[in-house]
Amino acid sequence: MTGEPNAPRVPAFVRTESLPQRPAPVSERGVIGWMHAHLFSSWLNAALTVVGLYVIVSVAWSVIDWAILRGIWDGADREACLSTDRATPAGACWAFVRAKFPQWVYGLYPLDQRWRVNIVYIVGALALIPMMIPSAPYKRANALFLLIVYPILTLILLTGGHFAIEASDWLLLVILLAIALVLIVLLGRGAGMVDVPSALRLWVKVALGLVLLYALLGFDFGMVAVETSLWGGLLVTLVVAITGIVASLPIGIILALGRRSRLPVVRMLSIMFIELWRGVPLITVLFMASVVLPLFMPAGTSVDKLLRALIGVALFSAAYMAEVIRGGLQAIPKGQYEAAAAVGLPYWRMMQFIILPQALRIVIPGIVNSFIALFKDTTLVSIIGIFDLLGILHAGLADARWSTPQTAATGYFAVALIYWIFCFSMSRYSIFMEHRLGAGMRR
Amino acid sequence: MSAVTDEVRARDSRTSFWNDPKIRGILSQALLILVVGWFAWEIIDNTVTNLQERRIASGYRFLENTAGFGIVQTLIPYSEVSSYGRAFVVGLLNTLLVAGLSIVAATLLGFVIGIMRLSKNWLISKIAAAYVEVIRNVPLLLQLFVWYRAVLKSMPSPRESHSFADLFFVNNRGLYAPFPLFGSRMIWVLAALGLAVVLTAIFNIYAKRRQEQTGQRLPRLWVSVALILGLPALSLIINGVPVNFTYPELQGFNFVGGINMIPEFVALFLGLSIYTASFIAEVVRAGIQAVSKGQTEAGNALGLRGGSILRLIVVPQAMRVIVPPLANQYLNLTKNSSLAVAIGYPDVVATGGTVLNQTGQAVEVISLWMAVYLTLSLLTSGFMNWFNARIALVER
Repeated sequence: MTGEPNAPRVPAFVRTESLPQRPAPVSERGVIGWMHAHLFSSWLNAALTVVGLYVIVSVAWSVIDWAILRGIWDGADREACLSTDRATPAGACWAFVRAKFPQWVYGLYPLDQRWRVNIVYIVGALALIPMMIPSAPYKRANALFLLIVYPILTLILLTGGHFAIEASDWLLLVILLAIALVLIVLLGRGAGMVDVPSALRLWVKVALGLVLLYALLGFDFGMVAVETSLWGGLLVTLVVAITGIVASLPIGIILALGRRSRLPVVRMLSIMFIELWRGVPLITVLFMASVVLPLFMPAGTSVDKLLRALIGVALFSAAYMAEVIRGGLQAIPKGQYEAAAAVGLPYWRMMQFIILPQALRIVIPGIVNSFIALFKDTTLVSIIGIFDLLGILHAGLADARWSTPQTAATGYFAVALIYWIFCFSMSRYSIFMEHRLGAGMRR
Repeated sequence: MSAVTDEVRARDSRTSFWNDPKIRGILSQALLILVVGWFAWEIIDNTVTNLQERRIASGYRFLENTAGFGIVQTLIPYSEVSSYGRAFVVGLLNTLLVAGLSIVAATLLGFVIGIMRLSKNWLISKIAAAYVEVIRNVPLLLQLFVWYRAVLKSMPSPRESHSFADLFFVNNRGLYAPFPLFGSRMIWVLAALGLAVVLTAIFNIYAKRRQEQTGQRLPRLWVSVALILGLPALSLIINGVPVNFTYPELQGFNFVGGINMIPEFVALFLGLSIYTASFIAEVVRAGIQAVSKGQTEAGNALGLRGGSILRLIVVPQAMRVIVPPLANQYLNLTKNSSLAVAIGYPDVVATGGTVLNQTGQAVEVISLWMAVYLTLSLLTSGFMNWFNARIALVER
C-alpha cells in the first residue's frame, strides 16, 4: 500500500507500454465498411440494394439517353426534331425550348420594351439576396425597400405608369386624410385614446407617402403602356406569387389576431373568412374572381383580368397565412402576454413590440412553405386564361411549326425543371432558416 | 380618507368610459359590423343590378332545365335531356369516385415511401427521398398534364394497345379491364358479408371484455379475418358463384366489354395519388420518428419481438401524430381533384363550369361548389376528429 509511489512493483510478465493500435477490420472501415453497414447488412438489405440499384440505373439511363444522347439541340423548326430513320426515334427536342425560351421568360411583352422586365428581375434579385443572407446589414431598410418601394417600381415599370389619376381621386385622398386628422384630434383631445404628437407624426408620414404615390402613379415617364394581357411566362408566375405572398402577410396577420381576439364578433367573422376560403379549392376561387367579381362591382366598372386573379389569390393565401401565423401566436408562452400587460402596454403596442416579432420569427419556415405552395398553385391561373409559365408552354405547344412527337414531353420536362429549381431551393432555404432559428432553442 | 378614495373613484369612472375595455370592445365591434354590413350590402346591391341588366333570374330554378350537353363518364343514368341538377350530381359523384380511389392509393403509396425513407438501407432511403423531393416540388397541374398529354394521349391506338396478360389493355382511349357482373343470388353473399361484420363486432366486444376481466387475449385479428372472408366465401360457393366477368375484346376499331376507365380519369387518379403520396410519406416519416427510441428499447427490454414492438408499441403511438396531418392531406387531395377541369374529367367543377357558361348563373353555381367542398371538408375533418379522439392519449 504505502511503499515508494514512483516505482510501482509490476510483475515481469505484465506489459509496461501499450501495444500500437491496429486498424479496424476491413469489413468495418472505409468504403467497404460503409457499404457493409448501409447496403448489405442482411440478405434482405442486399436484395433491396440490388433492386434499388436496378431502378436507379434504368431510370437514369433512360433519362440520359432521351435527354442528352438522342436529344436534338439545334434547329429552326420541327424538321430538326423529326427522326430520319425509324430504328432510333428522336429524343428530347431542345431546339423547341431554345426557340421558345424568351417567351417563357417575358411572355408576349414587346421586344423593344423587355429591358423594363429585365430591370424588374435584376433589382428584385439584388434586393432579395441580401435579405436572405442572415448576416447582411440594413435588414430593416432592405425589407422596407422590398415591401414598399420595389412593388411600386415594378408596377410603374411593367405597366408603363402614367395612370389616369383624376381630380376626383385627389379630392377623395384629401377628404380621407382630413377625416383621419379630425379623428386624431377628437380622439386625442376629447377621449385621450391616442397620443396626439406621435399620431400626427404618423399622419404626416402617411400623407406624404400617399401624395408621393399618387404623383408617381400619375406621372408620365414617357414609357409605352403595356397591357397585362401581353405579360406572360415566368413574369406572370412571379408577379402572381409575389403579390400573393406580400398581400397575404398583412391580411393574414390581421385575420390571425382576429381569430384569437376576445371580441366575439371579430372572432366569428375571422373564423368564417378563414374557413370559407380554406374549405374550397383555389380553382373555384379563381372562377369566382373571373366570373363573379365583375358582378360585385358597380355597373360599368371593369377590372383587369390579371388584377382579378391577383385579388383571388391574395385572399385565398391570406386565409392559409392566417393559420400559419396563428400557430406562431399560440407558440408564444402566456408569460410574454402577461409581462406585456404588466408593463402596461395596450393591445396593439403589445402585439407590435412583444408578440408579433417573436411569433413571425417562429413561423418564417411556415411562411416559406406556404410561399412554395402558392408558387406551385400559380399554375392554376392558366385555367382561367392567363398565360403564366404553364400557360405559355401550352401556347407554344399549339404552334404547328413545332409539332413533333417529342415537343410536349420536352416542354413539360423543361418547365417542370424550372418550377423544381425554384421550389427546391426555397425548401432548402426554409430548412436552413429553421436550423438557424432553432439554434437558440438547442442546448 | 374615504373622501379621497371617492374622489379617485369618481375621476376613474370619468376617464374609464373611453378606456374601459368592455366599452371599447363593443364600440369597435359595432363599427366592424357596420363596415362589413355596408360592404355586404354594396356587393348584393351591385350584383342584383348587374343581374337585372343581363336579364338573369336569380335562384335555383334553372337546375330543373334541360342541360343539353353530354358527359363522358357517368355513374348514374344521364343523357343530354337530363336536367342541370342531374348533371351537377353526376359531376359530384365523379369527384367522389376519383377522390375516394386516389385517397386509398395515395395512402398505400405514401406509407410505403415513408417507411422506405426510414429504411436502414442507404440506397432505399435515398430513392424515397428523391421521390419526395422531386414530386413535391413540381406543380400538380403540370404533373396532370404530363400524365394526360405526354403519357396517356401518346399511347397507341386500340388496335396496337399495350396488353397485360390479355386481360388489361391500355391505349389512347384509356384503360380496359375485366369487370364482374353479379347474378341475382349475389344478394345472399352480401347478406353473408353483413352477418359476418355483425358477428365480428360482437366477437370483438366479447374479446375485449374478456381481456379486461381475465387478462387473456383471444386472437381477435385472425377470427375477424376468418369471419369476414370466410362467410361470404362459403355463401359464394353455396350459391354457385353468381359472378360472371366480362372481358374487354377488340371488335372492329375499339374494345367491347369489360370496364373502360377514360384517360382523363386515369390521369387524374395517377396524378393525385402520386402527388399526395409524397406529402403522406413525409407525414408518416415524421410520425414514426416522433416515437422516442426509448419506447422501442423498452419493448426490447420486455422481451417483445420486432414485429410485436412495431404493432403494439410504435405504430399506435405514431398514428396519434400521423392522423391529424393525414386528414389535412385527404382534404387537400379532395380539393385538388378540382384540377380535373384542366384535363376535361367531368368532376363537379367541370360540369358546374359548363352549366355556368350555358346559363350565366354564376352566383348560384359557385354557391353550389362551395357547399359541396365545405360539406366534404366538414365530413372528412369530422370523421378524422372522431378517429383522432378514439386513438388519442388518455391523460390522467
